[in-house]
Amino acid sequence: MPAIITRTPVDTERKDPGIGGKPPVDHRPTGGGGDGENWDKHPHGRRGPRELLGHYRLGLFFALAGDLMFFTALVLAFYVQQHTGHIDPANDYVLDWVPLVIPPILWINTAIILLSSITMEVARRQLFSEIHVMEEWFGLGRPAVKRAAPWLIATAVLGSLFLAGQLLAWSQLKAEGVYYASSPSSHFFYMITATHGLHLLLGVFALTAALLALFLAKRMEIRQIAVDCAAWYWHTMGILWIFLFGLLLFGQ
Amino acid sequence: MDESLKKRSRFRRCVLTTDHRVIGMQYLWLGLAAVTCGTLLSLLMRIHLVWPNTAMPGYGMLKPEDYLALVTIHGTLMIFFVLTAAPQNGLASLVLPGQIGARRMVFPVLNALSFWIVLGSLLVLLATFAVTGGAPISGWTSYPPLSAIAGAGPGQAMGMDLWLVSIALFCFGSILSAISVIATVLLRRAPGMTWMRMPLTVWSWFVGACMIVPAFSVLLAAATMLFSDRHMGTSFFLPAVDVVSGHILHRAGGSPLLWLHLFWFFGHPEVYIAVLPAMGLTSALLANFSRRPPISYRAMVYATIAIGVLGFMVWGHHMFVSGMNPYASRSFSLTTIAIAVPSTIEVILWLGTLMGGGLRRTTPLLFTLGFLSMFITGGATGPILAQPVLDSYLHNTYFVVAHFHLVMGMAGVFALFAAVYYWFPLMTGRMMNEALGKWHFWLTLVGAYAVFFPMHWAGLAGEPRHYAQLTGTAAYLAQLVPLQKFISLAAFALGAAQLLFVWNLLHSMRHGRIAARNPWQATTLEWSEAYAEDAPENAQTVMVGGPYEYSLPHDQAGTAIPCETIVERE
Repeated sequence: MPAIITRTPVDTERKDPGIGGKPPVDHRPTGGGGDGENWDKHPHGRRGPRELLGHYRLGLFFALAGDLMFFTALVLAFYVQQHTGHIDPANDYVLDWVPLVIPPILWINTAIILLSSITMEVARRQLFSEIHVMEEWFGLGRPAVKRAAPWLIATAVLGSLFLAGQLLAWSQLKAEGVYYASSPSSHFFYMITATHGLHLLLGVFALTAALLALFLAKRMEIRQIAVDCAAWYWHTMGILWIFLFGLLLFGQ
Repeated sequence: MDESLKKRSRFRRCVLTTDHRVIGMQYLWLGLAAVTCGTLLSLLMRIHLVWPNTAMPGYGMLKPEDYLALVTIHGTLMIFFVLTAAPQNGLASLVLPGQIGARRMVFPVLNALSFWIVLGSLLVLLATFAVTGGAPISGWTSYPPLSAIAGAGPGQAMGMDLWLVSIALFCFGSILSAISVIATVLLRRAPGMTWMRMPLTVWSWFVGACMIVPAFSVLLAAATMLFSDRHMGTSFFLPAVDVVSGHILHRAGGSPLLWLHLFWFFGHPEVYIAVLPAMGLTSALLANFSRRPPISYRAMVYATIAIGVLGFMVWGHHMFVSGMNPYASRSFSLTTIAIAVPSTIEVILWLGTLMGGGLRRTTPLLFTLGFLSMFITGGATGPILAQPVLDSYLHNTYFVVAHFHLVMGMAGVFALFAAVYYWFPLMTGRMMNEALGKWHFWLTLVGAYAVFFPMHWAGLAGEPRHYAQLTGTAAYLAQLVPLQKFISLAAFALGAAQLLFVWNLLHSMRHGRIAARNPWQATTLEWSEAYAEDAPENAQTVMVGGPYEYSLPHDQAGTAIPCETIVERE
């Protein structure tokens, strides 16, 4: 199917230099290339109430992109390790990978982290509910804070439960004699759960900080940013866990 | 009381500041300190190579492991703290906001934090010399199992741990700096500063920052795994059975090659992170001093992006002789030759800009030409080393030392010098001494070639690198001793020539000629009035033209920066 492209011709203002010939182009509204970014129509100065929020979100997204690359490296190493082996006396290539049986408690942990993402999202939405935000904006009370705080606390509690569950999974494995140093598959199980757990611990700290910001920050904008960034971080770690769990479960 | 308040505010202004210009200068000072240390270490190496039985004053005889420690710290300092921290984090912080018409970065605190983390990383690295066992000896690439076992060598216990901590800190610092650069470019461009109006320097910093985030994250993951191998008994990078210092070591069985893959997945993009700012700077300075726009701005931009993308696909060419599957070598060889294409496009466009003469032969231009010379000479050996067959002979010889010192080390340093001479007026309001600058350039150019060019011959003759001393060498290597002596003497001359620069820098800071507002008649925004320190706080720049709209014939009256400044009255 042929694509239909409509090009808008670029308006150029040409001033006659008074000597005849082709006058210079001194005003190119779209950068000469017609990029479609019509900057000249932008208002100067700040671009709306959500500008700062957008900035923080963007910074957070790039930080999370780096973070995901960290886990990508671990996952790729996981696959490489699975295919590492040695050549036995019969001259056959033998894989060294011993699959690990995942403790069933991880299913409960996964359910908990999914639930925590829902509570987090509820908390985040409270901060963006228009009526409440307007009320806080006018200084008529703090309905958004009051509604968001319990959900934030619930998320932090669920997050801590998840962490406790992960520790429990570790102790179950240890009871079976599977330690960090036992085999390549246990290396990766502990490494992946530990680094993800560390990230989630940071997430709990971020939730605590957001909770403090809810009550201490004077500007509505800052309260929104604190909760919103914590929420995006939390969701990313949740989705990441689903993926890592699937990897540990089915990738063995 | 007033006095103390003033003092504190001065401290706040110059040290604990979030002003991106000051942070940029702090990065440059850090780079200068690191390059000084790194050069001194390399001179010690050169002495030991040709006069192995000379006692170092205050230390005594240099042992082979001391030599390897020198190699390690020299490489780490130069790659991370000089060629990455100064041109990418430092120069981007210094001029990037100005060049896109922003008064500050999006996350000024993050930017400041990145500097302090990198400074901490440098201090941790230098502290390795002071701990028991000394600095690590496994090179800046830290291949396991040598780097994974504390008993493998004198510096491999505490020294190696500190090295890993230092690298992890550097990863964090650089990623923070890169996020700050990316966000600033995406969010803080002045009205009218469209993508295709951004200066090429901004493009290269932007692409470099986009490379830093994934590359350093992978290095961080690799360092975490290596740390775990060292202290928690895992075997991500250790083979099942290994003999280390006479002891048989049993582990669960991992792959040393895995570290090489992860490390070079970071390591090769890192090379481009180091050289991309230099390339952007060269495009900008050649346009300025030849008074004509780059031949094809768009081709430059696309070549820069292509380098950024291809840079992630070539890491295997560091591993041709490491036991990697030869089929993989073939594919990495192809991508490596492919990355020569965008690099060559840029070189040809630069040479085209130069054609026709009319150059203003200032010191920054000379150093830019020096970069071009080094980049071409060093780059020419790149496609040679990209052949697995040739590389299997050349990989562990001085040929590779010559290649990367020219194309990355010297080219990067020449571009850094060009940047310092060029932006010195922006930093201090004064000019550097031109006569001294030219002396510095010619001595450095001749010195750099005298040091690194003969290394090609040593490498072709088969002299291996990384060796502290070749005892009982074959006759063909004994013939190379005079050549190596010449290299050492040239290295001393090259080092001494840099004193000219240091003196020029320190003297011009206080006593240099006062610079004009736009001393190079540039057309980029960092020289515009809206960016001056005395400009009103709410001045808003609007870009109305491309970044390099220079015109022949020379318009000495000054070039108009294609922007309008709007100050809204309240």
